[in-house]
Amino acid sequence: MNPFAYTRAEGVSNAVRERASEHTAKFIAGGTNIIDLMKENVERPSRLIDITHLPLATVDEMENGGIRLGALMTNADTAYHPKIAERYPLLSKAILAGASPQLRNMATDGGNLMQRTRCYYFYDVATPCNKREPGSGCSAIEGYNRIHAILGTRDTNQDIHCIATHPSDMCVALAALEAVVNVTGPYGERSIPFAEFHRLPGNTPHIDNTLQDDELITAIDLPARGFPDHYAYIKLRDRTSYAFALVSVAAALELENGRIAEARITLGGVAHKPWRRLDVEAILIDKVPSKGVFQQAADAMLEGAQGFGHNTFKIELAKRAIVRALTEATNLNSL
Amino acid sequence: MTQYVGKPLSRVDGYDKVTGKAKYAAEFDVPDLLYGYVVNSAITKGKIKRIDTQAALNLPGVVKVFTHENRPKIAWFDMKYKDQDAPPGSPFRPLRDANIVYNAQPIALVVADTFEMARYAASLVEIEYEEDKHETAVETNRHKARKPSVGLTTLFKPGPPKPRGNFEESFSASPVQMTGEYMHSMEHHNPMEMFASTVVYEKGRHKSGGRYTIYDKTQGVTNSILYVSQVFDIPFKDIRVISPYVGGAFGSGLRPQYQLFMAVMAARELKRSVRVTLTRQQMFSLGYRPANVQTVALGASADGKMTALYHGVVSETSQYEDYTEVIANWGAMLYPVENYKLDHKLVHLDVATPMDMRAPGGVTGVSVLECAVDELAFNAGIDPVEFRLMNYTERDQIADLPYSSKELRECFRQGAERFGWVKRKPEPRSMRRGGTLIGWGMATGIWDAFHMPARAEAVLMVNGKLRVSSATADIGTGTYTIMTQIAADTLGMPIEDVLFKLGDSDMPAAPIEGGSWTAATVGTAVKTVCDDLAKKLFKIARKMPNSPFAKATFTDVVFADKAIQLKNDTSVSVSLQAVVDANGGAAVRETSSALPNLFKQRKYARATHSAAFAEVEVDEDFGTVRVTRLVSAIAAGKILNPKTARSQIIGGMVWGISKALEEESVMDHQFGRIMNHNLAEYHVAVNADIQDLDVIFVEENDDIVNPLGVKGVGEIGLVAVPAAIANAVFHATGKRIRTLPITLDKLL
Repeated sequence: MNPFAYTRAEGVSNAVRERASEHTAKFIAGGTNIIDLMKENVERPSRLIDITHLPLATVDEMENGGIRLGALMTNADTAYHPKIAERYPLLSKAILAGASPQLRNMATDGGNLMQRTRCYYFYDVATPCNKREPGSGCSAIEGYNRIHAILGTRDTNQDIHCIATHPSDMCVALAALEAVVNVTGPYGERSIPFAEFHRLPGNTPHIDNTLQDDELITAIDLPARGFPDHYAYIKLRDRTSYAFALVSVAAALELENGRIAEARITLGGVAHKPWRRLDVEAILIDKVPSKGVFQQAADAMLEGAQGFGHNTFKIELAKRAIVRALTEATNLNSL
Repeated sequence: MTQYVGKPLSRVDGYDKVTGKAKYAAEFDVPDLLYGYVVNSAITKGKIKRIDTQAALNLPGVVKVFTHENRPKIAWFDMKYKDQDAPPGSPFRPLRDANIVYNAQPIALVVADTFEMARYAASLVEIEYEEDKHETAVETNRHKARKPSVGLTTLFKPGPPKPRGNFEESFSASPVQMTGEYMHSMEHHNPMEMFASTVVYEKGRHKSGGRYTIYDKTQGVTNSILYVSQVFDIPFKDIRVISPYVGGAFGSGLRPQYQLFMAVMAARELKRSVRVTLTRQQMFSLGYRPANVQTVALGASADGKMTALYHGVVSETSQYEDYTEVIANWGAMLYPVENYKLDHKLVHLDVATPMDMRAPGGVTGVSVLECAVDELAFNAGIDPVEFRLMNYTERDQIADLPYSSKELRECFRQGAERFGWVKRKPEPRSMRRGGTLIGWGMATGIWDAFHMPARAEAVLMVNGKLRVSSATADIGTGTYTIMTQIAADTLGMPIEDVLFKLGDSDMPAAPIEGGSWTAATVGTAVKTVCDDLAKKLFKIARKMPNSPFAKATFTDVVFADKAIQLKNDTSVSVSLQAVVDANGGAAVRETSSALPNLFKQRKYARATHSAAFAEVEVDEDFGTVRVTRLVSAIAAGKILNPKTARSQIIGGMVWGISKALEEESVMDHQFGRIMNHNLAEYHVAVNADIQDLDVIFVEENDDIVNPLGVKGVGEIGLVAVPAAIANAVFHATGKRIRTLPITLDKLL
């Protein structure tokens, strides 16, 4: 860990200004990821701008019927908030599937979006990694890639530069819920649809998302539609708690007259970002829930998936998890 | 006389531990302490071509960077580096030369006035390597395996015996057979407390050298003091090693680790107090449980009598030491099989030397053997418990001796009853709960009942209280508590008046704390010294003016209620306080040695046994396994304290779940480097993985193992569990998974 300066930010605009004036500075909130990365010399910020005192630990009703989550809400407070638990149980369940109670008590919602991959090679500065050191190579492709991506790994030339995954559970639910990320930069505020927030590695895997360096996440908007009646979050991992997903699935449905009226499926642990395909969700629309149609959606969802040896099992596992999640969400087994 | 022994007393050190009063090696603070941070090699094999420390040295507060180029002169001969648990070979010497022999080998020590600055400076040390091709995989190098060398540690870890009978003939004639090849990954101990040494330097009595008080994380202060004295040529009288508390070790503290070398080297050279602590990542640069490939072939008669056993092992070791453990022998100790052939070979790889890790070899071999026996029983169409009863023996076939005691039969009976084994449907995939498959499996466990020589001191202090000490360790196992119990009972004192101390090289010597031998070994020494002190106290009491014992002999009295009393008339008594007063107000002290009674022991084989029963739930779509119930029945002689002993067994059972389903150090052989070197990615069981754990102690009366009848419970709790779980997975799914851990992908 390098020596660094520390500033406590006194307001959003002040925080953003500080960040803009020092391009090697970083924001810190819960610190559950950046401190680890600093200890491993993966992140070497010249300054940490502490944003924990900004007034962003809020939950507000929005005019459109949705809910605005302040970026500094902790994961635990979000998951257990009565309005979230009642109206967005998928989000609660996904959050509670992640990390450990201690981590969820510290980690913030904004920080959850910003957490970096758990790729072993990214974390170990003794090995090449294109995400950490662009151009040095990807060790995982030929290496131990059990936790790595099976989808969206190729750039426009069909080359592979990085097979890291985004490790979040919360983000998988946020993607399925079509959340919107509100950010503030030196030139004002903007809103980023969740699907456009994280990105695929392409040939610039060192860039995780579309947030600009001098922008700060202030809130996450949840649309009115929360799918409280038909949802499932399934997380498959190497132990029952405190392990990142090998594969996770968020499924959210609306049923009308026994048919699927609205469908969302998002996969975690399989790509550089939460993996969602509108064309696959379209397959389900107007269908009567059945194993057959779920299997069809699952197969389509994994179309183009590529394993790298240790992670090849994820392709079949993801399909089975999708079928199970849709089955749970529609209570198909009890129908 | 047994007011305390056998009772479930809470830990005497519990209060200090939960209040933070108990101090560990890295917590002893002294003024002007310097902090060392170790730089580890990024490559696996080759040479350091250039090491540039200038940028590190330029930082404020950096005192020195030690490398192979500027290290002080240290001992030359290999012999000087041999610790009490050193396998045959040439021990690793930190900073010896430019050669790199394993990945993450320590290659420099940065010393600064804060830990943070030392750590930062370490990241600025520039190293240029000349890389050689390395080999780190057991599987692809197994053809190079050869017979291990023999050394001192072979005494406790004997190699395979000569074959008996004719395995080949009897196997091929066996109507019931099984063969299988099994693979286990490397595992690291990962105790909670990281390795640390705080070396307090003071000016010596002579102008040449200093005096060193070393707070070390170790399973044997005697081992550490010997190592430091020999390697750095410092006389014993100028070194004191202290280790009152150890935050877990599991065998990793049986050899001095490199932070001790580094801290002493820096303190001696800089004439300053120095602390070196390792990080969690660096904990993966130490010894480990070796990866191995095992082949087993078993044959039985049609009616289920085991007739043929082959167990072949290829296990990894470093290029510089031949680490062996007993892996292949257990089958011939557990089963009366007349034709056996056992083999253990080592493959030398560019890795660090492996180390003893809880039930070393035992859990490795038995996890395979007991899966194989399960398979053989299944092939014979016989219930696995029934099959083991049909192949029961009261003798160790290798030693060709009867067991001093063996209540394994009772472990099977009580364990099966508690588990409800009788309701098991024999066919795989025949039991379900909702949508999940249920599997019931069981396995046998065995571990040696060792007894080593040890010394202890007992002092009846001027305030009438008793202090007993021995230079042993308590790695969280309960040594403090059981020794206090033994001492209190022997001298008839309330436990509040007895203080047991350990972990100080100034105390009478005890062996390294391993092999499950501490309860028996140090316990016997404590009992002996308290008995000897009792005799001394009686002598003083007898000589008191108007002593009521004037005509009594030692056999006429008992020690109870803080007094010496006549057996026939306990109202005739002299208080221990009065004895001290009669001693001119001076403390009465005694030091004794306790040796194993070889004359008694040599006619018997001595071992602990266990039976583990496991229930698993398997989600077949996902391959996920949950251990919903685990029953362990343990026969380990006399249980001194059912509460601390149960904790030991439960710890072993939890580890068994980890080993069966989760735990492995994953090496990327491209780099020869362990990639999951942190506790987020190195998976051990978490609370949510653990459900119903049940422990049964089947007590044994055994006056052959030692006077206390104790066999030790440190390892036996683990041994049978992984195989019981793997067998349960087979019963649930019909799949024999021969590679541990059984992760979900293997069951898809």
